[in-house]
Amino acid sequence: MSAMEKLPVEKTPIDNGLLRFLTCGSVDDGKSTLIGRLLFDTKTILADTLTAIERTSQKRGMEAVDLSLLTDGLQAEREQGITIDVAYRYFTTGTRKYIIADAPGHEQYTRNMVTAASTANLAIILIDARKGVLTQTRRHSYLAHLVNIPHLIVAVNKMDLVDYDQAVFEKIRADYLEFAAKLGITDIRFIPMSALNGDMVVDRGERLGWYQGPTLLDVLETVPAAHTEKTEKFRFPVQYVCRPQDSANPELHDYRGFMGRVESGEIAVGDEVTVLPSGLTTRVKAIELYGRQLTHAVSEQSVTILLADEIDISRGDMIVKTSEALEPKKQIEAMVCWLSEQPMDRARKYLIRHTTRDSKAMVAGIEYRVDINSMEWAPAEKLAMNDIAKVAFKLAQPIFCDPYAENRGTGAFIVIDESTNNTVGAGMIV
Amino acid sequence: MTQTMQRTLSKTTLSHLDWLEAEAIHIMREVAGQCANPALLFSGGKDSICMLRVAEKAFRPGKFPFPLLHVDTGHNYPEVIAFRDKRAAELGERLIVRSVEDSMKRGTVVLKHPGESRNKHQSVTLLEAIEEFGFDCCIGGARRDEEKARAKERIMSFRDEFGQWDPKNQRPELWNLYNARAHKGENIRAFPISNWTEMDVWQYIEREQLELPSIYFAHTRPVVIRQGAIVPVNVPLVGGELTNLPKAGEEIVDLQVRFRTVGDISCTAPVESDADTVAKIVVETATTTITERGATRLDDQTSEASMEQRKKEGYF
Repeated sequence: MSAMEKLPVEKTPIDNGLLRFLTCGSVDDGKSTLIGRLLFDTKTILADTLTAIERTSQKRGMEAVDLSLLTDGLQAEREQGITIDVAYRYFTTGTRKYIIADAPGHEQYTRNMVTAASTANLAIILIDARKGVLTQTRRHSYLAHLVNIPHLIVAVNKMDLVDYDQAVFEKIRADYLEFAAKLGITDIRFIPMSALNGDMVVDRGERLGWYQGPTLLDVLETVPAAHTEKTEKFRFPVQYVCRPQDSANPELHDYRGFMGRVESGEIAVGDEVTVLPSGLTTRVKAIELYGRQLTHAVSEQSVTILLADEIDISRGDMIVKTSEALEPKKQIEAMVCWLSEQPMDRARKYLIRHTTRDSKAMVAGIEYRVDINSMEWAPAEKLAMNDIAKVAFKLAQPIFCDPYAENRGTGAFIVIDESTNNTVGAGMIV
Repeated sequence: MTQTMQRTLSKTTLSHLDWLEAEAIHIMREVAGQCANPALLFSGGKDSICMLRVAEKAFRPGKFPFPLLHVDTGHNYPEVIAFRDKRAAELGERLIVRSVEDSMKRGTVVLKHPGESRNKHQSVTLLEAIEEFGFDCCIGGARRDEEKARAKERIMSFRDEFGQWDPKNQRPELWNLYNARAHKGENIRAFPISNWTEMDVWQYIEREQLELPSIYFAHTRPVVIRQGAIVPVNVPLVGGELTNLPKAGEEIVDLQVRFRTVGDISCTAPVESDADTVAKIVVETATTTITERGATRLDDQTSEASMEQRKKEGYF
């Protein structure tokens, strides 16, 4: 099959939403080959791209086209022969659109994996069938779990190198389940595959007849695209206030639209809401999107909310349902991944950005640091890049948060160093 | 009835276009909320036309919290320039135009030869405009699917005092918590449609029934075939003067073509096509075998890393 043959054009609109997933593993596990295979078999790769990688494969003295070249990075990286950052790739099957976050797998790139995982709703953890469950596997699984990715796929790759032996696959599955149970990971699927030959990625192939489960693409096509299927509380951080003050249009004189994206839950016209931090209560008068009047807004929709009473609201405030109100917090505890080459300095003040709200913060204490290879806890005085630790912060201004395990949108924050304006840490509130 | 329809619209069925649009609106509002003096780069091209619709959805019934800025190479298709002015006027938003030719007069842009493509020199004029108006953020229509150097681009991309993009010095971007903070002189480039593909753009244009410059649709024009690429020749500039003259010995043919991307005349090539409606273009996009840049950007083929190189020099 060649990339020149495109899928027959059917005018079926994509109606199964958009799924963001990440791939964890190193080049040695065949990660780049797997992504290349997905792009190739879904006819995402076009002729000129294929010609370019054919040329490079030949230049490097390879016989077959090296699909891993498709995810080859920047010149700066090629010179160093490593992947230093998260790359995003796209493909569509005609029914669903996919965004792949491609993160490098080495230990020193924990921060890249956390970054890639933060927007993903599914993770593919690659295992080399010859090597089985490694320290790296445990590290990737721990991080996927820490960032609360709801769906995990363990891809037992390179089955071609173990003669497609079912016993090898079963042994790896048993090993994995044993340690996953300790972490509390529950939703896991195992798929044997050969990304190199294309078995069980998009097509079933003919060499894994003993495996009755779905192919990788089958799972991707059917897994829920949303972060959670559970009912979540309504959280609406205000991003921007619209006051048109258009003298030519008297109807807009008193227009006050509160603009934002629904972080979680849903809201309907008429619902009773509370505005934080003022605590004032009113009702939703209207929900608008570009002049369209909506009766409801759901999670991830960007809308404008109008309220029945005139309340002073600005960016950084949050609108919630009165029945699901939140307490302000000036002390928080969080699992923090340190992202900066500059270690965390406990004597310094940082800025915490939570939803649309910023607050100055100081480190009140580091409870423990997690060794992400052994998953053991140890006391720590400072945090270096790629460290993960439980940290307590004291805040200058209160924030309105939920535990990260319950709500990704209101449970997450970033730490900013005001002297450089760099993003230096990522936090998940416990 | 609308009540029940809305109820059944669970989060799992937010269509991919609705999701992408909601994300882009969120990003634009973050720019408006975090930056003091942003601008939106509007070229009259299809990606920036989509961005204008997103901006309308993000800020109406209010005005846009930023002006539109176009860096004009002076070698743009007149149809596109006319469309640019018409669209800005329809929206009632302020349009700022700064031209590479003015930079040439000032001596800040020097062409190697009169025929050299002015595309990469836009960076100089853009940086001059940023300085003139004190913009702290420029919103651009770049997409990550376009090119390798874009695949790792942040949604909020940091540029130093010289407008340079350092791939090794970009801020980690987690969840939907964007960091657009910059010191004076530094600059953020924000890309709200980062996650859109060429196909998404066309589907969005179709869904929103967006108007486009005529050269996106199939039309007949004189071209020559140069090194395998279709090169438009004898193209009239806005002033009427002809540019892209054929070289000696080249045979001019009339071909039915359309542009997949519009930019500087000297470096944008059309593709052969009879797609004269958006619906036909959507079908053609689904069946094409060549990437958007591979087919149409003569400048990106000079070196494997040329986009990366230009971005390091301040290109958007």
